[in-house]
Amino acid sequence: MTATEAARERRTGVGDVLLDVRDLRTHFEVMDGTVKAVDGVSFSLRQGGRLALVGESGCGKSVTALSIMRLIEVPPGKFAGGEILFEGRNLLKLNDREIRKVRGGEIAMIFQEPMTSLNPVMTVGDQISEAVLLHQPVNRKGAQEVALQSLVDVGVPDPKRRLKQYPFELSGGMRQRIMIAMALSCNPKLIIADEPTTALDVTIQRQILELIKNVQERTGTALLLITHDLGVVAETVDEVAVMYAGRVVETGTVEEVLLSPRHPYTRGLLESIPSQGKKGQRLSAIKGVVPNPFRMPKGCKFEPRCPYAWQAGADEEPPLFDLGPDRMSRCWLYDPRYADHLAEYEGRAPKKSAEVAS
Amino acid sequence: MTDGAAAAGPAAPTAPAAGPRPGSADERNGEALVEVRDLKTYYPIKAGILRRTVGQVRAVDGVDFEVRRGEVFGLVGESGCGKTTLGRTIVRLEKATSGQVLLDGGDVLSFDGRDLKKMRRRMQVIFQDPVGSLNPRMPISDIIGEGLLAQADKQNGWGERKVRDKRVSDYLEVVGLRRDYTRRYPHEFSGGQRQRIGIARALALSPEFIFADEPVSALDVSIQSQILNLLIDLREQFDLTFLFVAHNLSVVQYISDRVGVMYLGKLVEMADVAELYAHPRHPYTIALLSAIPDPDPRVKSRRLVLTGDVPSPANPPSGCRFHTRCWLRRQLNNPENCETEDPPFRELASGHRVACHWAESVVDAAVADVVPTADIEVPTELPTPQDVGAPVVTEIETPSVTDVVEPAEEAAGTAGEARPEEPQGPTQGRV
Repeated sequence: MTATEAARERRTGVGDVLLDVRDLRTHFEVMDGTVKAVDGVSFSLRQGGRLALVGESGCGKSVTALSIMRLIEVPPGKFAGGEILFEGRNLLKLNDREIRKVRGGEIAMIFQEPMTSLNPVMTVGDQISEAVLLHQPVNRKGAQEVALQSLVDVGVPDPKRRLKQYPFELSGGMRQRIMIAMALSCNPKLIIADEPTTALDVTIQRQILELIKNVQERTGTALLLITHDLGVVAETVDEVAVMYAGRVVETGTVEEVLLSPRHPYTRGLLESIPSQGKKGQRLSAIKGVVPNPFRMPKGCKFEPRCPYAWQAGADEEPPLFDLGPDRMSRCWLYDPRYADHLAEYEGRAPKKSAEVAS
Repeated sequence: MTDGAAAAGPAAPTAPAAGPRPGSADERNGEALVEVRDLKTYYPIKAGILRRTVGQVRAVDGVDFEVRRGEVFGLVGESGCGKTTLGRTIVRLEKATSGQVLLDGGDVLSFDGRDLKKMRRRMQVIFQDPVGSLNPRMPISDIIGEGLLAQADKQNGWGERKVRDKRVSDYLEVVGLRRDYTRRYPHEFSGGQRQRIGIARALALSPEFIFADEPVSALDVSIQSQILNLLIDLREQFDLTFLFVAHNLSVVQYISDRVGVMYLGKLVEMADVAELYAHPRHPYTIALLSAIPDPDPRVKSRRLVLTGDVPSPANPPSGCRFHTRCWLRRQLNNPENCETEDPPFRELASGHRVACHWAESVVDAAVADVVPTADIEVPTELPTPQDVGAPVVTEIETPSVTDVVEPAEEAAGTAGEARPEEPQGPTQGRV
């Protein structure tokens, strides 16, 4: 069974929708105006499903994750629209007490930088049991036992000793294991992993990726992975949502998106990855830079950098066109009016060669 | 390799360190430009009230290689393996403990005064962090012009502001920025643009040798490819020689002619880029290649998962430094010499050097099984393990189950790079 089939089965068979983000808009009011960090993000994740939000810095993927956890400071942040349905409840409508139960209990988060996200003056054991005490009906001793078990679960060697250690005594990979142990300790229904391996070396990254996959399969927890690395995406999840400038621009299964991208941005990203096959050739870079959040282009946000762009609906932003079950693309190519452009996109390399631009 | 180069290299150690280049670069391509011989850089560990030295961090511990004129030499390894320290020691940003660095035969480490100044002009650096390496309170004209001013003499006239500013503008243009950006400050530029400024600063002194220290690691994929393209163009245009340090193996594969792999302060493998990626022989190199996540979801392969962390360079393991994590050693039932003897950095095939006692027992078929990217042609007949004057060597078939986790879908080529942080909300991307 291919990964696509597996993903399809996951979609259609077991697992109701666990998390449904609909047209989320998270804005920040700052001195110079409004930054629309997230401006129209929609995706859904089934129980036990694995989805990656992928995009470059500043595309809004982390803000999306923080919005789900309601970790956005309001103000300057504000939820300007949309809803985040978690098991049918809109997380944006919960009061502080209610959200605190969800946060860490039902949804756990693994952060990018394991050093700064662990408390430097608390032992590992105390940090894990702090979360356990908040969310589970156990006493201090019971919480320490849960902490020990969760360290065993993530394969920390010599777990009893680790409980008494401080974060600075541990290596980067070990700290990330502690973060994962902490996330798992309350049996969450959803784990959000925000760039969990970005700060790690490649051999340690490999260990952590295998651990996350194993843990996810063993516990049946749903996984929302935030990353910029398409390699990590291909190996860890079943479905992908590609983000650009605060929007989801493409969704689909890993195989669909990475093998036949339906958005020029996704294609550009894939083409700009250096690889053996491209040795000796120029990399096809995406020209230009991500748009300034204060001066967003009017229509399609990718239009100024798009090698396929033509004057389609110049001032109008393309909607997310539905291209099949959970397969969407935010590109005018999929408007039936522009079928000839689509043929060109599918048949050929970019018209304008994407060149270095400053 | 090093031996040959050493013979071909220097005329006299006192040969002029800078000055006009004899012969055009083209003619001399392939000769050693920079030779590194048994280079060591140790840092003292101080402790106690008296700050006595209680030990040493052996960041670079006996490295031998040369960078040939006109090539890009890629240096890969994990953080803390000493690759950056090695580069910085070569260009004299760190003090070497012992060993030699020769630039065109001149002993870089012994230079002082005028020779040192000349050498600085010939060897330039591109730094990793495009934010931290540009002074935020200086306009671009001063950032790039500072080196010119330091190297000013009657001949080049860089002491004059006008001349200098013109040269700054010229080089901004060379790296694809606008000439009139000279009065702007670093914060007005995006990460990719700042890296271009860093490149312009290095180029403005017309160096021959550039040490590029993770020049694209802090950049997004789409920007990273722009900078890689730029570096390749500049290399052609200015006959540059690069020492390119990176931890991203795909980037190194793309840009390098030859590649060295470092582990705990030592080179463990060195070969032409195609040879190294297709026929890696050191178990560490194989594990590194196996660990790269591949953006092609069709590629399915078993992965070698190294257990444990990199040991501390203050107290490296005895014998072969990799033996504590080595999967090959376990497969061969823990041969004794791994623990006791430091493997020599020996030549396995022409131009391919490996520091492993048991490199001959690695066969391509086994490598292909765990390195999806390698695109290795699997030989119809497996080569018989050569007699290395050692106990019976068993061919590895496939790594044992304990080493390998079998993932559902797999593949290689890192899409991007470690970035310092994801900007969140208000302050992001103002240009």
